[in-house]
Amino acid sequence: MTAIDVRNLSIDLGYGLAKKRILGDVCFSVEAGESFGLVGESGSGKSTILRCIARLLNVWEGDIRLEGRSVNDMPFVEYCRTVQMVFQDPYGSLHPRQSIRTALQEPLRIHRMDRQVERMERALIDVGLDPAFLSRYPHELSGGQRQRVAIARALILEPRILLLDEPTSALDVSVQAEVLNLLADLRAKRNLTYLFVSHDLAVIDHMCERLAVMQHGRVVEVMSRDVLATGQAQDPYARELIQASLEYDHAV
Amino acid sequence: MAAQSLDMQDVAMNGTRANPNSAFRRLLAVIRELLGNPSSGFGLVVITILVLTAIVAPLIAPYDPNVIDLGNTLKPPSAEQWFGTDELGRDIMSRIIYGTRISLTIITIVSVIVGPIGLLVGTTAGYFGGWYDTIMMRITDIFLSFPSLILSLAFVAALGAGLENAIIAIGLTTWPPIARLARAETLTFRGADYISASRMQGASSLRIIIKSIMPMCLPSVLVRITLSMATVILTAAGLGFLGLGAQPPLPEWGAMIATGRRYMLDNWWLVAFPGGAILLVSLAFNLLGDGLRDALDPKQR
Repeated sequence: MTAIDVRNLSIDLGYGLAKKRILGDVCFSVEAGESFGLVGESGSGKSTILRCIARLLNVWEGDIRLEGRSVNDMPFVEYCRTVQMVFQDPYGSLHPRQSIRTALQEPLRIHRMDRQVERMERALIDVGLDPAFLSRYPHELSGGQRQRVAIARALILEPRILLLDEPTSALDVSVQAEVLNLLADLRAKRNLTYLFVSHDLAVIDHMCERLAVMQHGRVVEVMSRDVLATGQAQDPYARELIQASLEYDHAV
Repeated sequence: MAAQSLDMQDVAMNGTRANPNSAFRRLLAVIRELLGNPSSGFGLVVITILVLTAIVAPLIAPYDPNVIDLGNTLKPPSAEQWFGTDELGRDIMSRIIYGTRISLTIITIVSVIVGPIGLLVGTTAGYFGGWYDTIMMRITDIFLSFPSLILSLAFVAALGAGLENAIIAIGLTTWPPIARLARAETLTFRGADYISASRMQGASSLRIIIKSIMPMCLPSVLVRITLSMATVILTAAGLGFLGLGAQPPLPEWGAMIATGRRYMLDNWWLVAFPGGAILLVSLAFNLLGDGLRDALDPKQR
């Protein structure tokens, strides 16, 4: 089954002569249970696509389908329980004045779910944190712990699709690996579908089976992970990107 | 069985929630910080004394504030009557002590009216934006474009003189700066990831405004209200002075100055003591507001 199907997604900003294309005819689809990467340089529109799917942007044209249904036709409650998102900056994605308990309990209250305490404790244990963290505030946690809480919050509604907007780019390298392994484990356990945005090809190589390379708001090539090792991409830009990344890795 | 598990959930929640305690500790920390700074410490002490005076006014006032003693008019300050007597022989010190009750009533009612209105208008305007924001902010602009005393004068003139109407008029002129502030704060938070996250979790706009945005605006709004208390006291005294606020037998400080004005040149104590009280209290609120801003505003740390 197709979990995410994006067809001809375009965004134009401005009118007349000042009209500027932000995204142009983006097409890709992600199978259920698959992890799909979006890579590209800064400003190539990766996060914008994510925000369109997350319904945080509403000015796009085209068609976005989740599990076969258009996002605009889905009842919002059901939508929330299908897709959740993990944001890039763990320092900005948790409310500074809400305890972890409040942050985790809010979605449960909104959706009137049962066994709230049990679910909250379970969610923290699943991301490798002690349930005692419930009474802490974000400023008492490290970046990695915050990102774990953000993942717990995204998963507490038991979504089947998770949108990940560079979830590790704000973290220390050693913590990055921990969070990436956690995400991989969670996907295997819960059979989640990931749409993973990153500009780090090594991270994408580790996390995703397939990826799309983006440049200037367009998908230039959709390829499988194997291509990253060989560098045999069809598109010249994709080839250049992979080559640059390989050289960088060697240099480091 | 279900009821039992619900009970257990309640117990578990109460058992682990140590929030009231930590809130209390935070309050203590704020008070300690306020006292650590001489100027805000002065403000806090003066306002504490003001509140205590208002509570125990009948116990500490040496005379009845409204008893007229025509054989004892316009007496200068003495050992028996520290602040002297006015043109009807009433003890000025007792009147000032009872006057704290009036000032505190005005301040309390005004902040209870103004805080929620300002917060609600500001946060909704900032959050929704668009035409709603435009309309709300133009209304705010209209209120802001009048000097507050003139506008309250107009309201009192329309509603009729009296303490209640003065309070309403002052409330109507004090909310716009708070709404502006709350809107500005909201604009800085509305694009934050935690707002996006709670929207994705299905939170309604009302829920986001109340649970996520208002707590973020609260500290600066609180500071702003404390600072505007000084203006409120001055405006109330001004209205009292013009005879549009508290009416004669009430020992309102502004009204006391107004009646004392006629005897001012020969009997300075009629205006000096109520004037000093107004000065002291509005200064104290200003200093406390500044101190609160330093203690509460996380951006200045």
